[in-house]
Amino acid sequence: MEVLQLLISGISQGCVYGLIALGFVLIYKATEMVNFAQGDMMMLGAFIAYTFINILGFPFIWGLLATIAAMAVVGVLIERVILRPMIGEPPFAVLMITIGLGFILRAVAGAIWGNDPKSITSPLAGGVVRFGNVAVGYENIAIIVGTILLCLALYLFFRFTRLGVAMQAASQNQLAAYYCGIPVKRVFSIIWALSAAIAATAGVLVAPITLIDPLMGFVGIKAFAAAIVGGFGSLQGAMAGGLLIGIVEQFAGLYLPTGFSDTSAYVILLLMLFVRPEGIFATMQKKKV
Amino acid sequence: MRFLFKTNYRQDVRLFKHNGQRFWYSLLLAGVLLAPLLMDEFYLGELALVYIYAIAGIGLMLLVGYTGLVSLGHAAFLAIGAYAHTWFLAHGWPFPLALLKASLITALVGAIVGLPAMRMTGIYLAIATLAFAVIVEQVIVHWESVTGGFRGMPVPQAQFLGLDLSGSMAFYFLCLFVLLVCLLLALNILRSPTGRAMTAVRDSEISAQSMGIHLARTKSISFAISAGFTGLAGGLLAHKMGYLAPDAFTILISIQLLLMVVVGGLGSLHGVIYGAIFIGLLPQGIALMRDYLPPAVSQIPGLEPGIFGLIMVLFLIYEPLGIYGRWLKIRQFFELFPLYRKSTHKRQKSYLRTERMR
Repeated sequence: MEVLQLLISGISQGCVYGLIALGFVLIYKATEMVNFAQGDMMMLGAFIAYTFINILGFPFIWGLLATIAAMAVVGVLIERVILRPMIGEPPFAVLMITIGLGFILRAVAGAIWGNDPKSITSPLAGGVVRFGNVAVGYENIAIIVGTILLCLALYLFFRFTRLGVAMQAASQNQLAAYYCGIPVKRVFSIIWALSAAIAATAGVLVAPITLIDPLMGFVGIKAFAAAIVGGFGSLQGAMAGGLLIGIVEQFAGLYLPTGFSDTSAYVILLLMLFVRPEGIFATMQKKKV
Repeated sequence: MRFLFKTNYRQDVRLFKHNGQRFWYSLLLAGVLLAPLLMDEFYLGELALVYIYAIAGIGLMLLVGYTGLVSLGHAAFLAIGAYAHTWFLAHGWPFPLALLKASLITALVGAIVGLPAMRMTGIYLAIATLAFAVIVEQVIVHWESVTGGFRGMPVPQAQFLGLDLSGSMAFYFLCLFVLLVCLLLALNILRSPTGRAMTAVRDSEISAQSMGIHLARTKSISFAISAGFTGLAGGLLAHKMGYLAPDAFTILISIQLLLMVVVGGLGSLHGVIYGAIFIGLLPQGIALMRDYLPPAVSQIPGLEPGIFGLIMVLFLIYEPLGIYGRWLKIRQFFELFPLYRKSTHKRQKSYLRTERMR
């Protein structure tokens, strides 16, 4: 039973990693940029949700929707102000600029909401479902279900809509996509909005189980590891990597000496990079001359 | 404007290209040698810290600026250098040997970390080094018999041949000496075949490979050299801190080091020095600024990293060549006076084609 309990909490934790990793992958897939501030965008989303729900008194579901909308605007703003001038710059510069962005977001959140941990009042709080001896909190179920729905929607979006296909085209060759009549810059703005919205969703889902504070974005680093383990650039890979890391972390916390739980994500990452650097779901190929 | 007529191949690899440089660098050297006479102890200590940053920066610059490999884990090398140096000192090794051994050990670890670098580029490498740094931090916390764990460990006084090196004046000269040696080493590495190979790898891996450069070996060597310099800086930093604790070497330090090479100017050793001065003096600047700001602003937690981030973003957008690049532009403006054209330094944009297929 213990194993099953661990497995389920591992899965819900993994879903959180997976959701953040999805944001990474989306931006990478479409713009070939790496957004190191994804975790901090999640943090910002959680704080905005806190503002809407706890301070302004929105009902939970409307608060969630308002947060998603607000974060989409924030995403577009970030893209327009900071990332737009960086189109055509080396990837390293973009990586650095998003790291800087993460620091700025953290300072801004600290300035507005302060450093004390906050929590969002959620209608799901406290509820528990029992399967035999295994107790699962409503929050964990919400995370898992929310993640599945989001993944499905994203898959359909990339597979069947014009915009989704345009995004894939823009990611494969910016110039060629532009020649084909795809408004590459606008596509980039939209993808940032989408990614910020996903980050906001992740923030709201995770807020009931971990408190909100400006440093919660550091989860993003583990999520980043998840994205790479899964094979950067593949949506199902991001989820698989997130789940793997979430589950291993839970088991390492119980069965291995202290310290392994915190580092297990990175150990998996390093092992993966040694053994199979292209990740579980490989989308990388050797660059041709 | 100065025109250099080259009549000899040796001229290309000279350390000083012309007498003007010789003059200005001698003046600078005289300046830093006389600084202890003019400054009080506090600023001398800050200047020594700047030198330590510069040593670590040389290491990172060789890796990021000259080999084109990004590392987010240099704080780990700093930590390894610091702990190794302290451990050797505590076990009775003489100061120079302890420092040297610490540097060598860090270089060895760097070479091992560099191994996966053969297969990775860009972000993959960055995140792998980040993972490495996190793991090193945990190892330091849990390997209590050597590192003292959370309790940390005190750093013994630096002594050599009966000379006490821990006084602010002596420590200043020690750091200056190590920095000068490192600069000379780095300059010589850069004009040797190894250094040329590193630059070639940075500019294009494929063309470097087709000219017979062993990519894996070059990258690994670059990592080892970079880690070695950073370990040296770590050893000196240990004395500056006086007491080692694992939370002194977080990812923030790695990013601060990266900020240093970016702000200074990637791809030049001048940039390292400018960056080190910038990073070394920025906390002082922020501390001074706090007095003038309303308390609501100056009490913001995380203000300092926020300002670091803001500066990094602004530099990357408006002056990707860093302080040194800006200085070159200003100098060129005056040299060419009426004829300077802004578009000379226009950045070439390269539109990305994915490295992923499908």
